[in-house]
Amino acid sequence: MLAKRIIPCLDVKEGRVVKGVNFEGLRDAGDPVEVARRYDEQGADELCFLDITASHESRDTILDVVERTAAQCFCPVTVGGGIRTVDDIRRLLRAGADKVSINSAAVKNPDLLAEGAQAFGAQCMVLAIDAKRFTPYNALGGVDSEDGVPKLCKALGMGIREMLDWQQAMKKRLGGSSPMGKGSRWHVFIHGGRIDTGLDAIKWAQLGVQLGAGEILLTSMDADGTKKGYDLELTRAIAEAVDVPVIASGGAGTLDHLAAALTEGKADAALAASIFHYGQHTIAEAKAFLKAKGIPVREVP
Amino acid sequence: MAIAIVDYGLGNLRSVEKAFAHLGAEAKLVTSAAELDAAPAAVLPGVGAFGDGMAGLDQRGFSGPLRAYAASGRPLLGICLGLQLFFERSDEAPGVAGLGILPGEVKLFKGAAFGARGGLKVPHMGWNGLTFASSHPLFEGLEEGSSVYFVHSFYVAPGAQDTVLATSDYGGRFCAAAGKGAVAGCQFHPEKSQRVGLRILENWVKSLSA
Repeated sequence: MLAKRIIPCLDVKEGRVVKGVNFEGLRDAGDPVEVARRYDEQGADELCFLDITASHESRDTILDVVERTAAQCFCPVTVGGGIRTVDDIRRLLRAGADKVSINSAAVKNPDLLAEGAQAFGAQCMVLAIDAKRFTPYNALGGVDSEDGVPKLCKALGMGIREMLDWQQAMKKRLGGSSPMGKGSRWHVFIHGGRIDTGLDAIKWAQLGVQLGAGEILLTSMDADGTKKGYDLELTRAIAEAVDVPVIASGGAGTLDHLAAALTEGKADAALAASIFHYGQHTIAEAKAFLKAKGIPVREVP
Repeated sequence: MAIAIVDYGLGNLRSVEKAFAHLGAEAKLVTSAAELDAAPAAVLPGVGAFGDGMAGLDQRGFSGPLRAYAASGRPLLGICLGLQLFFERSDEAPGVAGLGILPGEVKLFKGAAFGARGGLKVPHMGWNGLTFASSHPLFEGLEEGSSVYFVHSFYVAPGAQDTVLATSDYGGRFCAAAGKGAVAGCQFHPEKSQRVGLRILENWVKSLSA
């Protein structure tokens, strides 16, 4: 029986782990490779690096991290953050990543998913979606008070004309009335959950899979950071809408939360950060807990 | 002499190379049939599509030499798409002939045998347990049910039952490893299956000097 996966996620900036990881006996808790190795030893089912390096000059630091990780960790590795072109994907896969997760670059140019899948296979293309419950107050992020330019234009790196064309194109592709999707319950956000793209999260997930995404990494921006649990309703809605695996992310604070995402939320995998990073639980504890609840997990050998 | 890892233009060769390096086995990427022919044992890895895989092998002049390599009785290990390419044909690329080293075909998971998808997610992605069909040396020292990492939408359906080395369960039993004589292949990724996977590769390396 296929096991549900537990995936620790590390935020990496310029080749270093952001926010301290609290493990005993690590020589350098800031080295993502050391932390990855520890998780690998604990029996993590996969590892996920989210590269939040801002400066363009330092972008290659993640390649070095991936390469060193691949030499020591013999489990699947997903890398996300800052991936914009097929060439970015190629370089990460060549460095030893098994999958890449693509977020805002896919929103801006959905064909990137198709191009990546065509070149490297759908199995390595993960569509990362940051979703948030829609309220009229967060529609499209408003305009910049300095220059009056819609914030969505800035987030997408587009001029107004280009953004309107993009909206029209997305409206067609998502096959609906308005991309704002009347009756849409969750919208896709970009820029760390600050900017509403107006896209319906469920329709976007379906389009992404149709284009070539082999997996969805779904983060609830309402739940993220709260430690109050995953957004189960959202997770389930997406998991039932697509026929590829869905990784639940955002909000894990207890082992019960992991269990709920994998049962009620119908997720195939649960991603978590702080619950593992600060030594609150080990991966093995999480597995034992889930197993006791009758959830199929891979036992740590 | 180094184990040859056949480089035919598809990804994920690095991980296989690193796994062998970790085990202390000498392995190197080969890009020509001459290099392949000089190696005492070879690995056909691969992530990607069947059609692209065969095209890659053909373009680099590997198809004929790989068939000859297998026929000569030298050890050949296929991984994931590499295993699938050993077979005669695939649903993924109708009309494209596989290497035909093993009898049988490659099928899509949502086939009738799996009940019209019955809620199955494709690709089959993640860790799943192995049931061993025979006491093949590849699986020496492993417990029944050991989990390995799979990522695939197609599975091999061997034409001869005695070529099935292990099975796994995803909406029904499917072939997880197949082989005959010195040819063997895994649908899963041993190079991504932590201790269990490394043990399988180690067993294979050991079998080379036996």
